[in-house]
Amino acid sequence: MIRLRLRRRDLVCQQAVELVTDYLEGALSRADRRRYEAHLAGCPHCTEYLAQMRKTIELTGTLTTDDLTPQMQDEFIDLYRQWRTGQPGDEPPQP
Amino acid sequence: MGQDTDADLLVRLRAGDERAFVILVQRYHAAMFRLASSFVPNAAVAEEVVQDTWLGVLRGISGFEGRSSFRTWLFRILVNRARSTGERERRTVAIGDTGAAVAASRFDGSGAWLSPPEHWIEEVENRIEAGKLAGLVRTAIWDLPDRQRQVVTLRDIEGLTSEEVCGVLEISESNQRVLLHRGRSRLRQAIETQFGVPS
Repeated sequence: MIRLRLRRRDLVCQQAVELVTDYLEGALSRADRRRYEAHLAGCPHCTEYLAQMRKTIELTGTLTTDDLTPQMQDEFIDLYRQWRTGQPGDEPPQP
Repeated sequence: MGQDTDADLLVRLRAGDERAFVILVQRYHAAMFRLASSFVPNAAVAEEVVQDTWLGVLRGISGFEGRSSFRTWLFRILVNRARSTGERERRTVAIGDTGAAVAASRFDGSGAWLSPPEHWIEEVENRIEAGKLAGLVRTAIWDLPDRQRQVVTLRDIEGLTSEEVCGVLEISESNQRVLLHRGRSRLRQAIETQFGVPS
């Protein structure tokens, strides 16, 4: 009886891959986290999958900003200067 | 990247330092452009939204009290402008991001892996030049559905907290997690497709 209930509550891989983000975000209930971790303990593929998701996040986080082209930089400098010269000495009336 | 914090640069900008403005623009341009592009129909309009946002920043800077971080404030202005521009330019589709983290065909009838994840972590760490991989990830981010791209850009590239992202995009926590999950899952798949070797 107990065994049957436990089995029904076991996660399969296809469900486990959908829980990865909630797991990493700490958004799983305690029971779901236990089920997920129990699944990982017996499943090298899902363990690998979790590691890959972590690596993916890490890689995304290391993307560097593309440099602005000199032309774009000039455009923004113009934008700034126009704004500066448009600034009255007093408080500008804002709509 | 320079070591100046946003707060340092804001102080300088308030004092009229043009260079500080350029550094801030440089720092956030890619993320702003990526984010704006997800609301509006083309790159030219996205650039306009970005410029318009900076103008809004300059106008509002004396009133910015720093209760939220500068970048949260910046992205909020951007999203508001991009959204109103985008609504004029096109009707956005609702959620639209259905789809599983991993294609159903890779599992058997019981839901167990039939075609398990191919290995690539070691590959990308040892063999591949960083530039090539960065290019792949960047392209894959561009290919994400709009709402996934918004969340992934803010969370995983810019490093905002989930709370900040919800505030900027005006979405719920659970919605944010779903979009993040789908976006990250697609990125993982893109890397596997390119670099994976069968187990």
